[in-house]
Amino acid sequence: MLSFIYSRPTSLEQAEELMLSSDDDALFLAGGHTLLPAMKQRLRAPDRLIDLSRIPGLTGISKENDKIAIGALTCHATVAFDAQVGLSCPALSHLAGQIGDMQVRNRGTLGGSLANNDPASDYPAAVLALDATIITNRRQIKADSFFQGMFTTALEPGEIITSVLFSIPDHAGYGRFAHPASRYALVGIFVAKFGTQVRVAITGASSGVFRWTEAECALSSHYHVDSVSGLRLPVDELNSDIHASAEYRAHLASVLLKQSVIQSLS
Amino acid sequence: MNITLTVNGARHDLDVEPNRLLVDVLREVLGLTGTHIGCDTSQCGACTVLLDGSAIKACTLLAVQADGNAVQTIEGVAQGDQLHPMQVAFQEHHGLQCGFCTAGMIMTALDIVARHGTMLSESLIAHELEGNLCRCTGYRNIIAAIASGAKAMGERV
Repeated sequence: MLSFIYSRPTSLEQAEELMLSSDDDALFLAGGHTLLPAMKQRLRAPDRLIDLSRIPGLTGISKENDKIAIGALTCHATVAFDAQVGLSCPALSHLAGQIGDMQVRNRGTLGGSLANNDPASDYPAAVLALDATIITNRRQIKADSFFQGMFTTALEPGEIITSVLFSIPDHAGYGRFAHPASRYALVGIFVAKFGTQVRVAITGASSGVFRWTEAECALSSHYHVDSVSGLRLPVDELNSDIHASAEYRAHLASVLLKQSVIQSLS
Repeated sequence: MNITLTVNGARHDLDVEPNRLLVDVLREVLGLTGTHIGCDTSQCGACTVLLDGSAIKACTLLAVQADGNAVQTIEGVAQGDQLHPMQVAFQEHHGLQCGFCTAGMIMTALDIVARHGTMLSESLIAHELEGNLCRCTGYRNIIAAIASGAKAMGERV
């Protein structure tokens, strides 16, 4: 790993100031389980790392009326084991409990995952399907506006996610098919029902998370696995790589959509 | 950068470069070579240690991130000459062959017991072991050892 300057601010203002005043190439560090492996491979080589982990007030989970608020630095293991999440939206617990592996879940964070927006990461599917609001040190951003393509989000330089507000659904399910070694999702589908409205978000299949509008329409009319049995994603928008062809991903999507719906009703 | 690490109960004041990984500081500065480096990709888990009680991959943490924290390595598991029940279980159930992954398996096992208790199902252990790879055993004896070691931990006074 190449060398860098390491800063450890104790407030959001200090962190933002450090980022904006850096002449050099600076990156925020949260759990580090995407960034540090990349730096070890020299795929990324920032001149400065700004470690956010000692800033107070960025962890914790609370229920506020019909929403669950999760601090940006809350690690996946904490979300997976939280009783409030388990009661309000077990699909979210289930998703968090499958990210990476146990050791990764003890360090990886919600905010880090969202800010990075890896096309194969899990949290973007939950955030998009649960109509979440991403709260930063400057503003609130709705999920539909947040994800802007591979590794790209609406975040501006110096902007730091502080928490995420998830809407609590009537029913939700998350089905994913993991690569056996990397444990990333080849395809992951999060289905959420709010009254008559249904949101279906897919990760892993394309250059970023997206909503499957055909599935949403079918499920809004009749929320049952039979409504989606013939549905298939158009192959030309899906990824083909050494892990899976676009056709296989389309097939996985059809299967996982049904699994998510069944899971949501169980 | 000056940091303080408490490793296996002993306090160490160290001056380390920010880009030094925790696993390198444990192995090369503190001489605790029981923790192993098995891959370059944060997948194999041979480097697993407990950080404030939670299993983490020491190859994917900068030593400076652990400033002020407590680290437990495999060297801190036995009590002098007396093996920990989890270590005894790995012996009794032939839970290792070459032994390279074993320290990581045991540290992960200790976190599993801390969070899930001493009566562990095979499927739970298998899920929690996804971050620990073994090239020798095929995992059956490792899972059996962890289940047995957990049970023994529950039975000791």
